[in-house]
Amino acid sequence: MNGTLITAAPHALAANSVSRIMLTVAATLVPATFYGFWLYGWPAIDLWCVTVAAALLGEGVCVKLAGRRAVPELLDGSALLTGWLLALSLPPWAPWWIGVMGGLFATVLAKQVFGGLGQNLFNPAMVARVFLLISFPVQMTLWIAPLPITAAAAPGFVAGLHVVLGGVPQLDAVSSATVLGFAKTELSRGIDLAHSLAAAAPGTSMSGARAGSLGETASLLIAAGGIVMLLAGIITWHIPVAMLAGIAIPAAIAHAADPTRYLDVATHLLSGGAMLGAFFIATDYVTSPNTKVGQLAFGAGCGFLSYVIRTWGGYPEGVAFAVLLMNALTPVIDRYVRPRILGRDRRGAPLDPAIERAKS
Amino acid sequence: MGLMETIFGWGGPRWGVHPDDHKRPAADAPLRVLPLPAKLYLPLQQHVGGAARPIVLVGQQVLKGQLIAEAQGRISAPIHAPTSGTVAAIGEVTAPHPSGLPFNAITIASDGDDRAADAEVAADPFALSPAALTELVAAAGVVGLGGATFPSSVKLALGKRCDVTTLIVNGGECEPYLSCDDRIMRDHAADVVDGVRLMMHCMGAREALVGIETNKPEAIAAMQKAAAPFAEIKVRPVPSRYPMGSDRQLIQTLTGKEVPSDCRAADVGVIVNNVNTANAVHRAVRLGEPLIRRIVTVNGGAVWQPGNILAPVGTLVSDLLAFAGLKSEPARLLMGGPMMGAVLPHSLVPIVKGTAGILALSDEEIATPAASPCIRCGNCTRACPIGLLPLEMAANVRADNLAGAAALGLSDCISCGCCAYICPSHIPLVQYFTHAKGELWAQERTKLRLEASKRLAAARAERQQREAREKAAAAARRKAERAAQKAAAAAAQSEATPIPTESTP
Ligand code: SF4
Ligand code: SF4
Repeated sequence: MNGTLITAAPHALAANSVSRIMLTVAATLVPATFYGFWLYGWPAIDLWCVTVAAALLGEGVCVKLAGRRAVPELLDGSALLTGWLLALSLPPWAPWWIGVMGGLFATVLAKQVFGGLGQNLFNPAMVARVFLLISFPVQMTLWIAPLPITAAAAPGFVAGLHVVLGGVPQLDAVSSATVLGFAKTELSRGIDLAHSLAAAAPGTSMSGARAGSLGETASLLIAAGGIVMLLAGIITWHIPVAMLAGIAIPAAIAHAADPTRYLDVATHLLSGGAMLGAFFIATDYVTSPNTKVGQLAFGAGCGFLSYVIRTWGGYPEGVAFAVLLMNALTPVIDRYVRPRILGRDRRGAPLDPAIERAKS
Repeated sequence: MGLMETIFGWGGPRWGVHPDDHKRPAADAPLRVLPLPAKLYLPLQQHVGGAARPIVLVGQQVLKGQLIAEAQGRISAPIHAPTSGTVAAIGEVTAPHPSGLPFNAITIASDGDDRAADAEVAADPFALSPAALTELVAAAGVVGLGGATFPSSVKLALGKRCDVTTLIVNGGECEPYLSCDDRIMRDHAADVVDGVRLMMHCMGAREALVGIETNKPEAIAAMQKAAAPFAEIKVRPVPSRYPMGSDRQLIQTLTGKEVPSDCRAADVGVIVNNVNTANAVHRAVRLGEPLIRRIVTVNGGAVWQPGNILAPVGTLVSDLLAFAGLKSEPARLLMGGPMMGAVLPHSLVPIVKGTAGILALSDEEIATPAASPCIRCGNCTRACPIGLLPLEMAANVRADNLAGAAALGLSDCISCGCCAYICPSHIPLVQYFTHAKGELWAQERTKLRLEASKRLAAARAERQQREAREKAAAAARRKAERAAQKAAAAAAQSEATPIPTESTP
């Protein structure tokens, strides 16, 4: 095929590119991220910066080692996005090395080792998050209550650096729990939800002013960003809708059956990584199926597994695990779920002309 | 579109792409007539099927509309002189094809008089039998002007044979830049409608559906007006979406019928014809004018005065470009639209019956970013009007697994280019598919050849054996005959003389 490149139709291309897609996705994350920055102050900003920088560094070094030029590939924006999504899923005041290890792990081991962009089986940000959670359970489950950057007690720029570099001072004063974590702990102590949430619910859910990662706290803004992506045609509705339904339907049934043991639908949808997962993580092109039906199945699986892990598993949050499990099924789904070819039936045999002739 | 339509994709086809159409201002410019070129080059193969056979000699005088090459074979079309003049040459010219390979053509030097041969016209073509009317279309050399260039008479006869009930008239013109169909509908709607009625008569069709993309409101209005007196002709606006003008897509959109992958449209009772073809049928039957000229859209960033030009078949692309004027040296010359058109090696090639447009594209228009890895975004899958998985097929082709690509439905690919157009990684998907189809075709041919030679060898071996057997049998027979003769002779002798002889074995 050498030398024939110039003759290949089409001679027009859509004004689209990988970097344009990635940067649009990043842009839709900006409001949620800034809101998180405001809520959690300088430590969160610093952590975001290190995580993204580490992800970019890991990608750049790998590309260089593979003998290609690093800058053009970094400009495609995929490493930036991976680091960004990972940062949004971390405890906002986590120490710097969590961000560095996570960022490097995501782009080097979860992506470039597989062969780079488009080749990885699992979502890099989620692989890194699960790796961190398993290796450093203490740091990864240390949540703090929001402390707006304008509040008197909030750490300033220098104090923020101290938090990120040296750990959280006066831990008890600021530490808190996520809704899901709190509910799970209380349930395990034998206190049912009616009592535990009424007594000491960690923050209200709608305003987002409660403990969690940046992506959890700002889940409404995350959802808004997701809807912008839908409108821009970057993602389709299949995965987010299926995933949210996969969480909401079992949650509704279980909550109706026993409200003292099972959290309600709204709490499930607005807590943890549900929104971030549904709109930004599970929709990752590389690691999700690429047919509509496949995407519905994949999304529903992500949602349902998240619910199961949250409710009966050992961890209070299950989105990352659920997405990784479904990532592993993606090749299988893609193999068995295929669109019907025009003029053929589902099994690939040509349609019957007599039936088509009779249509009108 | 409302919010829900945008998000859920309701209320429109689920396939295809929506490229910038670049149709205006060229589509709005009034039709211009090209001054008669000094020389016209008429390739003998301007249609699907057998090449036409020249029936004129070099130096011979010809009149406009005179038959100069006759159809050869069951699927073929004759060629007529587009103007009066002398046959200057019969031989090779550059074909309008990216290969730039030479092609057999008749060259006519115009005498500038444009004198037409006398034409006989049937007073009432609807009084003719369908077969006779189809014969008129065949004699006029009309072929599909949408680009397929299939001989129209063959299609009409097929329609008659297959009891086609619905004639679909393709005014979709979904390729960007092109507007020759738009122009003919705006300027000659009544002629197009007449052509449609004539074609319906040829096939015995009960109704005609004229599909026009909604981006051509003027054409829709003109056609609606012209078709108003005829209840059997319905003008149906269709969504502007590439490739709406592709037969199977238009049939599905207008009738809900899906053409089975191994069938022709006629097998499900419909036949598709282009609006310019309808106009050509009208001219052939009502004016006795064979297909010797057509509207060509000349467009693109490098063109000074883009628009539609009425030009004789056989005009050099360079003459057309000179007439429209060039702003800059074109970065790429195309015959046809940007989605499926072919690159021209240079402008010294003639336009043919199927040439809907000549595009002279500027550098900015053809800027192609380098390909990057597939990010599995699924855009190609969503865009494919056939329901294929372009990314998977391309991965198979790249891995040289042609059988894998074929199993995914490569042979159903119509090379529409939607997938490559929409790919954010700018992967030349169609190029992969074209390459793979070529390879598969070559393999298929090799296989057929091998099988054929195997069959021949087997037949020869069989023949040799048979001959050997026959020889042996003949020898044995001769021997037996000889023995019998001897025995008989001996018996006769012994009867005559009582001397005993030893018996022969
Ligand atoms: S459109 Fe391009 S990048 Fe997207 S899945 Fe298809 S081939 Fe891959
Ligand atoms: S070129 Fe082939 S694979 Fe690509 S969109 Fe068109 S039909 Fe589908």
